[in-house]
Amino acid sequence: MMAASTSIVYLIALPLFGAIALLLGGRRTNKWGHLLATAMSAGSFVVGLYQLSLMLDRATEDRAITQKLFTWISVGDFNVDASLLLDQLSICFVLLITGVGTLIHIYSISYMAHDPDRRRFFAYLNLFIASMLLLVLGDSYLNLYVGWEGVGLASYLLIGFWNKKPAYATASKKAFVMNRVGDMGLSLAIMIAFATLGTTTFAGVSEHSHHASEAAMTAIGIMLLIAAVGKSAQFPLQAWLGDAMAGPTPVSALIHAATMVTAGVYLIVRSNFVFEAAPTAQLLVVIVGAITLLLGAFIGTAKDDIKKALAASTMSQIGYMILGAGLGPAGYAFAIMHLLTHGFFKAGMFLGAGSVMHGMNDEVDMRKYGGLRKFMPITFVTFGLGYLAILGVPPFAGFYSKDLIIETAFDSGGFQGPLLGTLTLIGAAITAFYMTRVMILTFTSKARWDEDAHPHESPILMWLPMVILAIGSVSTGYLFTRGDSLENWLNPVFGEHGGHSKEHLLQPIVVSALALFSVSIGVSIAIIKYQRNEIDRVAPTDVSILTRLARRDFGQDAINETLFMRPGQAITDVLVKSDDKVIDGAVRGIGRMAIGSGASLRKSQSGFARSYAAFILIGAILMIAGIWVVTQ
Amino acid sequence: MSSITALALLPVLGALLIALIPSENSLRIKQATLAVTVAVAAFAIYIATQFVTSNTDFQFTESHEWIPTFGINYSVGIDGLSLVLILMSVLLVPIVVLACWNESEGGRWSAKVFYILILILETMMIGVFVATDVFLFYVIFEAMLIPVYFLIGGYGSGERAAAAVKFLIYSLFGGLLMLASIIGIFVTSRKYLGAATFDISELTELHKFISPTTQNLLFLGFFIAFAIKAPLWPLHTWLPDAAKAGTPGTSVLLLGVLDKVGTFGMIRFCISLFPDASKTFTPVIIVLAVISILYGAFLAIGARDLKRLIAYTSISHFGFIIMGIFAMTSQAQSGAILYMFNHGFSTAALFIVGGWMIARRRSSTISDFGGLQRVTPVMAWMFFIAGLSSLALPGLSSFVSEFLVLVGTYTRYPVAAVLATFGIVLAALYILIPVQKALHGPTTPGNEELSDLNLREKIAIAPVVAVIIALGIYPAPLLNIINPIATHIVESAGFTDPAPTEIAGK
Repeated sequence: MMAASTSIVYLIALPLFGAIALLLGGRRTNKWGHLLATAMSAGSFVVGLYQLSLMLDRATEDRAITQKLFTWISVGDFNVDASLLLDQLSICFVLLITGVGTLIHIYSISYMAHDPDRRRFFAYLNLFIASMLLLVLGDSYLNLYVGWEGVGLASYLLIGFWNKKPAYATASKKAFVMNRVGDMGLSLAIMIAFATLGTTTFAGVSEHSHHASEAAMTAIGIMLLIAAVGKSAQFPLQAWLGDAMAGPTPVSALIHAATMVTAGVYLIVRSNFVFEAAPTAQLLVVIVGAITLLLGAFIGTAKDDIKKALAASTMSQIGYMILGAGLGPAGYAFAIMHLLTHGFFKAGMFLGAGSVMHGMNDEVDMRKYGGLRKFMPITFVTFGLGYLAILGVPPFAGFYSKDLIIETAFDSGGFQGPLLGTLTLIGAAITAFYMTRVMILTFTSKARWDEDAHPHESPILMWLPMVILAIGSVSTGYLFTRGDSLENWLNPVFGEHGGHSKEHLLQPIVVSALALFSVSIGVSIAIIKYQRNEIDRVAPTDVSILTRLARRDFGQDAINETLFMRPGQAITDVLVKSDDKVIDGAVRGIGRMAIGSGASLRKSQSGFARSYAAFILIGAILMIAGIWVVTQ
Repeated sequence: MSSITALALLPVLGALLIALIPSENSLRIKQATLAVTVAVAAFAIYIATQFVTSNTDFQFTESHEWIPTFGINYSVGIDGLSLVLILMSVLLVPIVVLACWNESEGGRWSAKVFYILILILETMMIGVFVATDVFLFYVIFEAMLIPVYFLIGGYGSGERAAAAVKFLIYSLFGGLLMLASIIGIFVTSRKYLGAATFDISELTELHKFISPTTQNLLFLGFFIAFAIKAPLWPLHTWLPDAAKAGTPGTSVLLLGVLDKVGTFGMIRFCISLFPDASKTFTPVIIVLAVISILYGAFLAIGARDLKRLIAYTSISHFGFIIMGIFAMTSQAQSGAILYMFNHGFSTAALFIVGGWMIARRRSSTISDFGGLQRVTPVMAWMFFIAGLSSLALPGLSSFVSEFLVLVGTYTRYPVAAVLATFGIVLAALYILIPVQKALHGPTTPGNEELSDLNLREKIAIAPVVAVIIALGIYPAPLLNIINPIATHIVESAGFTDPAPTEIAGK
């Protein structure tokens, strides 16, 4: 058996090999490319399980291991190794990424079966898996950065997979550019860390964070938050996620629900030592999380596109995670727990949405669904289990993970505690409303299909992953909380910061009761509003101002356009015009003055060979004259 | 004769050989040119293996009296800085020859003249980097204009004559200012150093004797000439015109290699000879560099012509290089030198692939393309990878150099670094906008029948992509050459890297 630390690299190497083989192999690999890619992802999952078994055998203090591959960049005191860190936190992500990733590979074999570019799709999926693993395994911010932009590239390629449609090409570009705004934050965080602490590794920054000034740590913390906000589609950089639904649905499930968009949560939790030393930055994390969890939930209530409703939900659920991560040591483990349970139930629901679309001629408008329960029983049941999980109904996964975040919010002290706790309860109620709406519109209301729709259950390669994810939606919450297992597992990563107090503002049972009460309100309203009434096939226009705002994502695109795009366009236009007229004009003017007249310049453009000779002659004469003058 | 002189003479000897081949036999001429340039590249790589990286003095030196009255010598030698730039140049030339195989067609003169000009230019490219005598450098610096002028004016497209003249006037203007400084060096070195000299090593003593005003003036003469060549805002307007008019291969050599003479000169002459004046002007230069970064990026976003777009991205990239040079930290300096090398390859990739697209479509207007990803997938991929390199995607070579420049600049000029970091968002726009217009969407009329890359083209572009990826993952081979000389430059100019502010003294 290989030494534990030398096999970490295989986690990344396998899917990377798959991507390269399929991209370089071209059409030759069309026949079996999807199988190779799936095998590579599954292989990586097996290596991950093997690593987990080794980690479990080691004592707590020896669980984190690193593998240095080579020295990447070394100039003066700036030394960055290509080095991987596998610890209790990263192994969670490794198993989530490769586990859910492999299921989605399997699903895609069938989902993309009739796409002529299926091989390319699988190459991108493998590229994504490799990049995402690098993101969570890098031992320094710069290594993380490579994975960070790598997943951005994979996301760009997959959102624009059907970029023949101009709108889809635009969506992919928008996602990349808005992510780059976040990446600017990550770049600056690394620069500040190096300038102030002389290091870019997690261990180094952690070590120095204790005696660095709060100002420096706050600067780093805010920059990291900007990075997280961009990648995780949090307020105010959330506008790209809805459009990203242009990608094939398995992509939405894997990248834009279960893994990549949660990278911001990973970054903040991984940087716990920064935020512990920077209370202001930590407070901002909480504020961003709280705003986004409500914003996403409100948007979710107004969407008729099933994928966009789920995307808004993702935004909102990540808001919960960010909020949890911002609550400090008490919340880190719960943020990760909700991230993992969400990875199961949301990926499952997205695959369910894909299954519905598969049976409904790729229709995404829920107003044209209805009554699919009878025609797609497996999809209905698996989606339903995910639904119960996201609502937080006991004993499903979300009940444990979301309640713990709500509980921690209440316990966060002072005036902030009850406020945040109440907001998370409101979020839970709205979540219950919009998810119930999705369920009713899709599965239980009367059929409102297009005439040519022939809904049918999806083939086994599609429903099997949905079933496995549904099992996860049911069981993971219980598994993670039994004996505080996940919390105890993760706490060593947070050093002395780890662990949450057992002192409560409200007893857990009270919080659970409040949460269930909120959920039941949301469910009831949705049932009254949708189950009883006829649902229009076209979205009604006589709706409240709030609905109208939510339909337009609270004007996020209009705001971005007004604040950035139009001024940017104006700057570009002015500069393009002035470059020729003003700057080049000024230089031409000086040139004319120097040469004598405009006529001589025009002349030089016609008989250029002769003029050139003249220039050389003039130059030579000047040179000789100059030398002669100074040597006299 | 040292191996350096032999390396520099090899291309021009090849040109003599080619002169013997009959003009009609253009295939044989191309093959011979390719063979010569490959041999030059191989020879240069051999020299690199013999180079002692830890030594910051000039190596492989050779010196002969040339004009003793004026203290002018034929002196050559290489250090880490020149070695890196020579390697970049001689690797790019054969790639250009192979990639732009049919570029000489449609020119005023024959293919034979075209390739002779290329080979003469290659000799000068090597010469300009190895010259250790200021006057010798000046002569080659000026003489390089001649082949470029004829390459643009004779083989380019569109307003090629006008663009060639604009290029020439700008360059000659800079050259005249440099000449004035060179005369100043002659006068002052004779006065203070005992005898007139143009030897770079001896001249590093000069700044200790001359007055600040003299030093500032001498500095400016060199700097403006180099800032035109590099080019730095607001002296950049000749570049888009020249790049638009020139053949793609000429543009690779112009932007990839010749413009580097400007940034090379800033290090070799401005900083090494006039460190005090460099300090005086650094704030202004940093400001101009940041303006270049953002200005070039905005103009690239607004560009409608593919070749002009690439030229503007280069203006932005040169802003990064110049900012790194004058930030005066070892990270920024190493980053800037590495950036010069990487920019050569990433711009080459853009111009070569862009050139193929333009030649097939017979238009360089971006909106004339569309949907190429489905018509010519390999070509589209190559353009995309070149674009990713230009926007400095982590994992590709340009990221390493750009990040080193940024992190090194931040430790001394945080505001400049923060402003420059906005460039990474703009870069995403100026690359992804043409990628979307040209490669994505439905296939626009006129593009349906475009042919994908042939074997020759694939062979030509493969090494460029390989270098871009390999140096992104493992930049150590180049950094090992660059780091000692970069640190030496920073220290000789009287700077030390700022210590981490939060752990100083601990």
